[in-house]
Amino acid sequence: MAIKDQTPLHEVRPTTQELRMVPERYLPTPVVEPGHSFASITDHISTIVLRKKTPIGWLVGFTLALFAVGLLTVSMTMLIGKGVGIWGINHPVGWGMDIINFVWWIGIGHAGTLISAILLLLRQEWRTSINRFAEAMTLFAVASAGLYPALHTGRPWFDYWLFPYPNTMGLWPQFRSPLIWDVFAVSTYATVSLMFWYVGLIPDLATLRDRATNIWIKRAYGAFALGWRGSAKHWYRYEHAYLLLAGLSTPLVLSVHTIVSFDFAVAQLPGWHATFFPPYFVAGAVFAGFAMVLTLAIPARKFFRLEDFITMKHLENMGKILLATGMIVVYAYAMEWFYGLYSGNPFETYMLKNRATGPYWKMYIALWVCNGLAPQLMWFKRFRTSTFWLFVVAMFVNVGMWLERFVIIPASLHRDFLPSSWGMYHGTIWDWSFFIGSIGLFFCLLFLFVRILPMISIFEMRTLLPEAQAHTEEEGAH
Amino acid sequence: MAQIFHRSANTLSRVTIFGAVFVAGFVLWVVGGIVRSPYFTNQGIQREQPIPFSHQHHVGGLGIDCRYCHTSVEKSSFAGLPPTSTCMNCHSQIWTNAAILQPVRDSYATGKPIRWSRVHRLPDYVHFNHSIHVTKGVGCASCHGRIDRMNLVYQASPLTMEWCLDCHRNPEKQVRPREEVFNMDYVPVNQKQLGPDLVRKYNIKKLTSCSTCHY
Amino acid sequence: MSERKLDFTKFRERVGDLRGKEYWKSLEDLSRSDAFDEFFQSEFPQQALALEKGVDRRSFVKLMGASVAMAGLTSCSRPSETIVPYVNQPENVIPGRPIFFATAMPLAGYARGVLVESHMFRPTKIEGNPDHPSSLGASDAFMQASILGLYDPDRSQVVRKKGEISTWSEFVAAMQPVMAAARSNGAGLRFLTQTVTSPTLGAQMQQLLAQFPGSRWHQWDAAGNHGAREGARLAFGSYVNPVYDFTKANIVVSLGSDFLDEGAGHLRYARDFSSRRRVRRGTTTMNRLYAIESTPSSTGSIADHRLPVKPSEMESIAQQILSGGGSAFVNAIVKDLGANRGAAVIIAGEEQSPRLHALAQAINQAYGNMGATVFVTDSPEPAPVNQLESLRELVRDMHAGVVQSLIVLGGNPLFDAPADFAIERAYNKVGFRAHLSPYYDETSMLSHWHIPETHYLETWGDGRGHDGTVTIMQPLIAPLYNGRSAHEMLGSMLGGLDTSAYAAVRAHWFERGATEEGWRQWLHDGFVAGSALPQRSAAAVAPTTDNRPPTTGIEIILRPDPTILDGRYANNGWLQELPKPQTKITWDNVVLVGPHTAEGFGYGGKERDALVNEKKTRMAVVSYRGKDLRLPVWVVPGHAEGVATISYGYGRTQGGRIANGAGFNTYPIRFSDALTGGGGAQIRLAAESLFPVACTQEHQSIDPKVVGERGIIRNGTFDEYLKNPEFAKHGPHGPLAEDDSMYPAYEYKNHAWAMSIDTSVCTGCNGCVMACQSENNISIVGKEEVVREREMHWLRIDRYYKGSPENPEVFHQPVPCMQCENAPCEPVCPVEATSHNEDGLNDMTYNRCVGTRYCSNNCPYKVRRFNFFHYADYDTPALKPMRNPDVTVRTRGVMEKCTYCVQRINHAKIEAEKENRKVRDGEVTTACQQACPTQAIVFGDKNDKNSLVAQLRAEPTNYALLEELNTKPRTTYLATIRNPNPDLLPAAKPAGEAH
Repeated sequence: MAIKDQTPLHEVRPTTQELRMVPERYLPTPVVEPGHSFASITDHISTIVLRKKTPIGWLVGFTLALFAVGLLTVSMTMLIGKGVGIWGINHPVGWGMDIINFVWWIGIGHAGTLISAILLLLRQEWRTSINRFAEAMTLFAVASAGLYPALHTGRPWFDYWLFPYPNTMGLWPQFRSPLIWDVFAVSTYATVSLMFWYVGLIPDLATLRDRATNIWIKRAYGAFALGWRGSAKHWYRYEHAYLLLAGLSTPLVLSVHTIVSFDFAVAQLPGWHATFFPPYFVAGAVFAGFAMVLTLAIPARKFFRLEDFITMKHLENMGKILLATGMIVVYAYAMEWFYGLYSGNPFETYMLKNRATGPYWKMYIALWVCNGLAPQLMWFKRFRTSTFWLFVVAMFVNVGMWLERFVIIPASLHRDFLPSSWGMYHGTIWDWSFFIGSIGLFFCLLFLFVRILPMISIFEMRTLLPEAQAHTEEEGAH
Repeated sequence: MAQIFHRSANTLSRVTIFGAVFVAGFVLWVVGGIVRSPYFTNQGIQREQPIPFSHQHHVGGLGIDCRYCHTSVEKSSFAGLPPTSTCMNCHSQIWTNAAILQPVRDSYATGKPIRWSRVHRLPDYVHFNHSIHVTKGVGCASCHGRIDRMNLVYQASPLTMEWCLDCHRNPEKQVRPREEVFNMDYVPVNQKQLGPDLVRKYNIKKLTSCSTCHY
Repeated sequence: MSERKLDFTKFRERVGDLRGKEYWKSLEDLSRSDAFDEFFQSEFPQQALALEKGVDRRSFVKLMGASVAMAGLTSCSRPSETIVPYVNQPENVIPGRPIFFATAMPLAGYARGVLVESHMFRPTKIEGNPDHPSSLGASDAFMQASILGLYDPDRSQVVRKKGEISTWSEFVAAMQPVMAAARSNGAGLRFLTQTVTSPTLGAQMQQLLAQFPGSRWHQWDAAGNHGAREGARLAFGSYVNPVYDFTKANIVVSLGSDFLDEGAGHLRYARDFSSRRRVRRGTTTMNRLYAIESTPSSTGSIADHRLPVKPSEMESIAQQILSGGGSAFVNAIVKDLGANRGAAVIIAGEEQSPRLHALAQAINQAYGNMGATVFVTDSPEPAPVNQLESLRELVRDMHAGVVQSLIVLGGNPLFDAPADFAIERAYNKVGFRAHLSPYYDETSMLSHWHIPETHYLETWGDGRGHDGTVTIMQPLIAPLYNGRSAHEMLGSMLGGLDTSAYAAVRAHWFERGATEEGWRQWLHDGFVAGSALPQRSAAAVAPTTDNRPPTTGIEIILRPDPTILDGRYANNGWLQELPKPQTKITWDNVVLVGPHTAEGFGYGGKERDALVNEKKTRMAVVSYRGKDLRLPVWVVPGHAEGVATISYGYGRTQGGRIANGAGFNTYPIRFSDALTGGGGAQIRLAAESLFPVACTQEHQSIDPKVVGERGIIRNGTFDEYLKNPEFAKHGPHGPLAEDDSMYPAYEYKNHAWAMSIDTSVCTGCNGCVMACQSENNISIVGKEEVVREREMHWLRIDRYYKGSPENPEVFHQPVPCMQCENAPCEPVCPVEATSHNEDGLNDMTYNRCVGTRYCSNNCPYKVRRFNFFHYADYDTPALKPMRNPDVTVRTRGVMEKCTYCVQRINHAKIEAEKENRKVRDGEVTTACQQACPTQAIVFGDKNDKNSLVAQLRAEPTNYALLEELNTKPRTTYLATIRNPNPDLLPAAKPAGEAH
């Protein structure tokens, strides 16, 4: 009863039990520190958003990000004005940091959907406190990734030719080209993740609508809350929609990076042309995604004092996932050597030799250190449970995954079949400005998100409380 | 708690959500229309010419053959534009002091060429060759329309790529006997049967490679 | 004619003042000159299209951009283009179809016959004249690039008096007192020309010398064949002209001679030489080439045996051959010569010492080649002189103040005269200095009068080929830039009613019994039948031996630059960006040394890495006879050790926008007593200083194993071939399945175009590369971009080494687009900008390309070229008429590549279709094929079993590059076959190098 007084009824989410009678053992184990009530959760999370004064730390961070975005716009102007020549690409190496960064970002954009969809379907309740955050991250990563394919031709005004639309030329795009598959894969992924994220937000938007004091803010949240009242009917539909979307986006987690990997696997270039690229890339993506979640969650957790909601258990689980996916990635690296040596194909063999001993050997060694060695720390609980070490490892992986794409793209292209046309690739200042710019864009969006939307799903957190269970039992008793 | 939206908001939101789909579709449809409209293709636009030369009169009326002025149409990619001297062949005899012919006489006297404004214009990355089309039995009128009925010449066909391809993909729809190529008012009797025959007879290939026109 | 002339004066004015503006505008300035286009449209309606290209494409891009930006609702800019007919159409002009005119291109004085493609009187392409004995239809880089020289906007456009703009008539007026003075005291008037073979010019000079008894005629050509000329006199007692017949030569010994790529007759010689080198089914004999040289040359690169020696050793080796004994190498040669009496050629290099030439001729004499393979004619030059002495005398007199007035007809003596002449000081002492030259150059700067010189395509003239054959040169276009020819200059001094070049040349030949129809015939053929100089009997005498003191230190070799010669082509962007045949360097001159010599002064592994990774090399200081010269170091495998080759011609200061600042001026170390260099030099690395060198082929890094195991180059000896003709059939991976593609194979009902390249006879001369550039409107990108590996040449010549770096075997492999049947580029293009056409070509549709560069990444041959920036020059009005109207000019962000000259194919197909027949074999020639002096490139329809290309593809030595990728290239290669002397084999083939 007490609960009812404190919280409006419509904010009390019926538990899974109510919706579907499930055996006891499926009941989630609480993954929120004791001593919290519906009210305290709601207050804590919603005040982060609704409080009047913006924390100084936020302002500083946001401004920095904004500067980076400024840099990005300058770079884009240069690119569109002068052409892709401002980058370091050349004749052997047609793709450079533009595609490296694209793949890097897309990879990062995987954790979100994975956490939200797959863990949801697997009823991994611990996902709750991080899924909202991870989904947001996914969206913004995909946004940053999207920049590159759109701009890497230097003439974005032709991009629409890649879409199959009826035209006066009587032409269709080349459906055999992996780039066309990319267009569909990425755009679908972006749309679905956005939907998924938004639907997940609706109940919380309603909460904020009700808690906001300023009428305009009320209106703003209200508009997006789509008149959510939290009636059982709403909840019922909501559950279905959410599960549906989860089911829909699950295959996407696998498909997107599979198709991105086709950009390389379908080509015949040594170092690209390998059948195991899809699983290798997907694993790498999850690896990168979780690393980024950690990179963001650990500071955010400190800054917004969310230790109670994002507990060690979460961090530790993510550490375990890092270890698992990291091992898959390392296995892939090993397999490349196996293929190269076992096939006896001189091009493959040389490609590997060149990776290890060629001009880019430093990159290759660094890659092994970052993605191979660093995650091994995660075997030990000591490191898994230390935010510091988790953060360090996560950073290593972020860098490592970028290096991986560098090793795959320019380091394979620069010495391919005919030694006469071998060359070198060096990123220019504009390559880097684009990279920094896209990072800026990512953080800019992220900062806005934590300021105006609840970065932890309020209503889902509530279901994690013992009260939620207790309360349902009461109801059931009547 | 207080209502922050009027009831109408419900309807409004429904309309916007579902309306969006139709709006998007409609926009695409409009764009599709516009790019095929004369506004883009320059179809049917009569252009200001230094001399109001009437093909209707010269071709339709006097029955002058196309090749009398467009001499290289059978030999070259370019059909050719009559030099002033060609005009003067007749106009040194007739209408010798008609006011509208003053520019022609001036040109002939001063050696300053007449500057016509171009009506049919393909982009430079399209390499069109008149001679081969004429040889393969594509009538002037098939692309240029009834020149003999045009007072001031205008572009009769859209000249879009899909329009070119339409004939390159099924030439049998358009070909005519060689001797009829320059005949303005030729009407095919049962093209269905004649077309395929001519395609075989003239050994017309369905050239739709990019490099047929673009190189 | 006269009417056209009128129009062109108009044209000239327009271009003239445009250039004026252009000069002040920055190059980025995108504003274009309507006056010019207007003029061109008015004169050439059809070409107006071609001229508009750039602009149209830009507006097209704008339109597309706008239309997507505003969802297609933007206002579409209506093209209001005017189209302008003739007033009186000239006879036999069919608008839209080119006409070919025959004329000749003079190079270092000697004429090589050319055919010029003219689109409505607008020359666009140069080809060799198949009937001309010095060309036989072949062309070299200089011929091809000369079309750019014609339109070069940096050419001088006005007569200048002390730098101020003046006029021709003022100059003529100013000449009067000079001539009056000369007539009265009969002295002090001097003429300086370059090498002259023009009979008309010779006659005009003689007349002048007669009119002004005291005047003198001097000649100086910095890159002239001084050695050969003097050598001939040393050997035969007078200035005669040896002509060689390589078709009869079983054995060829080159004493530092690059006869395949240098000299007046090289195109002819290359053709003749290769005719004895092609190995086909049933071939039983093959000629053998010994090359003894210091600097690796094209000739040396295809030699069966190559011996790198110091220049100072050259003569002694020749001596040994003559005296019939010496090292194993010499003995082998002697043996071969003995076995092939009267069927061998010993030829010394153009810039080798006169004694070496004399020795070479003596050897020819000794082995009965004289009159069999070596013939002697009178010199094609009307007045052959020792040019060095001639210039020395002039300079001496100028210093002495004896010279009152000097008329310089062409050339740039103040830039290229020997350093010790101090010619600048001398020149300034002359009271009246007039200079005729195409550019307002270093010499013009210091002349009282500068008169712009006509390009050879702008003037009447005549000249003699390597064998003396006369060609009457006819203009293809009226002078674009107010140019005057040497004939006009002299004509104006001689007086008379008509001082035009036309009058002079016509008068000269009609006085000598030319008839009107004969004249027409000459112009039509491009040469005067039977005008080759008669052979004369001559006996070569061996020169007395002189024992020079052995040289100390490093020996310097000074040579004209391989692509810009003595500097005369320094402002030709095509030639600047053309990779030098052996080093693949562009835009610079360097100091070439052998590997050990380089290590000698501490150029080691670190430097090599810098070269490979950053395309930077170390600067070196060359100390030679008290002068220090800073030059970038370049290591060339096979370069003689203890020798450094330095080319001159670079470092222009007044050469034009392109020439200025490129490379280093090395004339300061060219001394009159050692024009081709000498000993006693020191080289040391300059303090930590890396210099970027734009080299198009990274070579230090290539591990020979890689090339071998990939079966890129397949080679064998003639004996191996005779034993097993199929030795090159299979790559390292053995035979392949016929076709293991998942997709059904295409079927080609009509044609299946294919190309075969015979690597045995490719000398890497670059003729094809330049022809391709000219035919296909290929842009140049500039040094910085080449350093960034962005050069645009569609056709590149790969060069591979095999064996020890001291003296490796060299292989040239021209690589155009392979036109694969299973093309990796096609399926990956998202917009189908590259696609398979009905004849099996991989089409490239520029206007459809969005620029993802995926096709290039996926191309195993890396033959695709991307416009990273807006390389094509849309804005220089003067360059617009030069472009081939049948080829789209590509814009920024577009991929381009070789298309087997599809424009030529389509033209031929259309003509054939009109006559309702198939295209005949040989009816289509690609630009590269047409240029090739050795006919290494053959193009045709492989569906036609009788076509040459089909037969070549059936040759046992035929192989496909990277065949194991199953790309099924249409371009295939014939393995390199060399004919080494069994006696020398172990030496020639270092262990572990056998295939």
